[in-house]
Amino acid sequence: MSAAAPAHGHDHSHDEHAHAHPTGLKRWLFTTNHKDIGTLYLWFSFVMFLTGGVMALLIRAELFQPGLQFVNPEFFNSLTTVHGLVMVFGAIMPAWVGFANWLIPMQIGAPDMAFPRMNNWSFWLVVPAAILLVASFFVPGGAAASGWTLYPPLIIQQGMSIDMTILAVHILGASSIMGSINIITTILNLRAPGMTLMKMPLFAWTWLITAYLLIAVMPVLAGAVTMLLTDRHFGTSFFNAAGGGDPTMFMHIFWFFGHPEVYIMILPAFGVVSAIIPAFARKPLFGYASMVYATASIAILSFIVWGHHMFTVGMPAAGNLFFMYATMLIAVPTGVKIFNWIATMWKGSMTFETPMLFSIGFLCLFTIGGFSGLVLAITPVDITLHNTYYVVAHFHYVLVSGALFAIFAGVYFWLPKWTGNMYHEGLGKLHFWLSVIGFNIAFFPQHFLGLAGMPRRIPDYALQFAEWNLWSSVGAFLFGFSQLVFLYVVIECIRSGRKCEDRPWEGADSLEWTHLPCPAPYHTFETVPEVK
Amino acid sequence: MGLDMPRTFFRPAAAAAALGAGLAHAAYDVDILPPASPIAQQIYDLHWAILWVCVVIFVGVFGTMFYSVFKHRKSVGAKAAQFHENTTVELVWTVIPFVILIGMAYPATKTVLDMKNTSNPDITIKVTAYQWAWEYDYLQDGVKFASLLSTPRSQIEEWEKKGEKKNADYLLEVDRPMVVPVGKRVRLLVTANDVIHGWYVPQLGINQYGIPGFVKDTWFTADRPGVYRGQCSQICGKEHGYMPIVVVAKPPEEYAAWVKEQQAKAAASGAAPVQVATVTHAVAMPDDPNKKWTLEELRTAGAKLYQANCAPCHQPTGKGMPPAFPALDGSRVVNGPKAAQVALVLRGKQGTAMASFAQLSDSELAAVITYTRNAWGNKAGEVLPADVKSARQ
Repeated sequence: MSAAAPAHGHDHSHDEHAHAHPTGLKRWLFTTNHKDIGTLYLWFSFVMFLTGGVMALLIRAELFQPGLQFVNPEFFNSLTTVHGLVMVFGAIMPAWVGFANWLIPMQIGAPDMAFPRMNNWSFWLVVPAAILLVASFFVPGGAAASGWTLYPPLIIQQGMSIDMTILAVHILGASSIMGSINIITTILNLRAPGMTLMKMPLFAWTWLITAYLLIAVMPVLAGAVTMLLTDRHFGTSFFNAAGGGDPTMFMHIFWFFGHPEVYIMILPAFGVVSAIIPAFARKPLFGYASMVYATASIAILSFIVWGHHMFTVGMPAAGNLFFMYATMLIAVPTGVKIFNWIATMWKGSMTFETPMLFSIGFLCLFTIGGFSGLVLAITPVDITLHNTYYVVAHFHYVLVSGALFAIFAGVYFWLPKWTGNMYHEGLGKLHFWLSVIGFNIAFFPQHFLGLAGMPRRIPDYALQFAEWNLWSSVGAFLFGFSQLVFLYVVIECIRSGRKCEDRPWEGADSLEWTHLPCPAPYHTFETVPEVK
Repeated sequence: MGLDMPRTFFRPAAAAAALGAGLAHAAYDVDILPPASPIAQQIYDLHWAILWVCVVIFVGVFGTMFYSVFKHRKSVGAKAAQFHENTTVELVWTVIPFVILIGMAYPATKTVLDMKNTSNPDITIKVTAYQWAWEYDYLQDGVKFASLLSTPRSQIEEWEKKGEKKNADYLLEVDRPMVVPVGKRVRLLVTANDVIHGWYVPQLGINQYGIPGFVKDTWFTADRPGVYRGQCSQICGKEHGYMPIVVVAKPPEEYAAWVKEQQAKAAASGAAPVQVATVTHAVAMPDDPNKKWTLEELRTAGAKLYQANCAPCHQPTGKGMPPAFPALDGSRVVNGPKAAQVALVLRGKQGTAMASFAQLSDSELAAVITYTRNAWGNKAGEVLPADVKSARQ
């Protein structure tokens, strides 16, 4: 491998430009550098990804065959709950913030984020929150076991782990809001001269819109969990019918947060894929403007579709119909995006390195998740599929082969920029194929389980579900263990990867590729670049 | 588990490979279960119609993409074109999906309106969900009973005992199913007593949350006799996976006979049923009336039963969580006459969270009661299985 002296395990290149920087632990604790913070976010999210992944594998081990073999039902419920919370708030969201930190300043020609100290604070808040979430397994009564949606009254019955979960959600919310303010301010104020909004890479655009979504809905979630807290401890009855409250109100508030939340996880993925496909097709994105408008439309629609999570609550017909129509409408801008990506590939000159493979995987599988979403949007069909494994399959197609695959694509794409080294292409491709195969074996059969009526969040199931569950568990373990390949590829790339050129991808043309070397120096754009 | 591959994937007409009573369960099912009500039929048809549209679009769109992937690759010498933006194309691919969606929404709207029309029922049944059982109250006929999972725990908990053969309807069987007449409009009033549950019977096209403090209604008509099984669809605590639903649809005359029989039974027992607990048989206790139990034996077995069944409310410390769950430590009932405590545990207490634990055996009940009477600060002597037996009569 490379003859260059390997850098310290923990970083890339910090010493040429920096003199008075603290080193070691202090460097990371006190850093205000957007690249350091991006790195912290990315490693943190990977650790949480493995944590949530272990929970998923425990779930799939229990579901390998009917009967209870490994875990008792309470612990099983805690696993499904915390798996969901950890993956949403600990793995996917922080990963995107990590990307935003690393890339947005470089892509718009800014020297750093607008509020570097707040940036440090945003990251160091998520760590205690994650500790609270995971530690709640070890308090009396065990971790939250109500599903990640935290519905009362079930959640009111549980012990102190719920209070820990609520506190964790509050802290994560505060962190997300700070991060969002930082991103919005950076994008609106620190763009280099000539970098108009409509010239920004789509990743910056999608994050700008995502940040607005976060600011809009995180306080709503905070309000909902605060009401849970006061219902639990201070004698209020927001969600208790006996005191004049209504459990349904929690669902409305939760999903008013929850639906935009899923777009918070997927919009940055659209940005990443919109960077990668043109780069590997060596052809400009087909409809840049329509991509921006489609992203904005999806974001706006996301505020008026929350009721589709509640078709079984017993809303009036008018309510059901409104939410059905609004939800179906989301297919239009989403379709525009898919068509745009394919039109970008059309008559390109494509090569298929790992980032492109993950992007194509994203395109196909995310679309399957979109179609199952359309099936679920149809109220009557949703009635028979609500809270079944069909829904589990649907959102894993959207969030794993959607958001997570895009994260993988992005990591492979920008690793050369981050580390100055090239990852091992063969192993990257191996990671892709193992992931795609494992993922589909794990989740495709879950559609069938849902159609046959298997409810989600059950530790044990009737015998007719045995065969598909067995396959699903086999696939889950294959998918889970494939991620160790990813870990190896990343570490190998950092420690002993081959030095890469400054333009490792000939088709990539945003500022971080055209104006900066690989690896990107610790401080970039100290003199403002000119964008034509 | 043979390796028979999924039976043909595309079968809109769905050979009604009956799930029905106790029939062999198809191993690799890939379709919605055969519908047994008009709404379920509409759902079934809607699903297939939409799935077909999606499949056609998917094949078209990704056929194009894969054509491009193979044709427009650098390794076959493709040169990148540089075109982008085309208003006509972009308009077309916005408008066409919109039109397709309208085509989908139209039949779906009709079904939604049909589902929500709960007028003119022939019979009305109030469904109340408990942690973890269903209670059915036939409002016109005065029949009311609880319906509990009937699969034995020994088939479920494999860490206790491995490999016991599971029933054919493992986890989908109950002691007393809901019985309905075929061809009649059955209106359900669904509610819950404690937390949110979901009354979900896919073949009847029903999935309705029961929400504590609120009553929601829905309806179905079973269009042929049969046994239709479902489960609680909304997570409701540790036994969420263990509260199945079984609906038996009978011809109207058989249904009428069933109602008479139930009414006679209720009159004979003369008592309004209270909430029935789902019990956990935490220890193996021989239910032998001749066995001589010592206080210590009962106490030891009782401690385990207490942890499994009572401690969630009354707490391991016996301090309870007043006011909902009173303390047993120092309680007047527990330290009072035996008969009153036995009666309370056997029958539950109307209007409180205290459920009936009558499904525990005499010796189990004797053990757990003895435990509470001799744990913490209590010293009230033992209760023997015979005491429970006599209290049952």
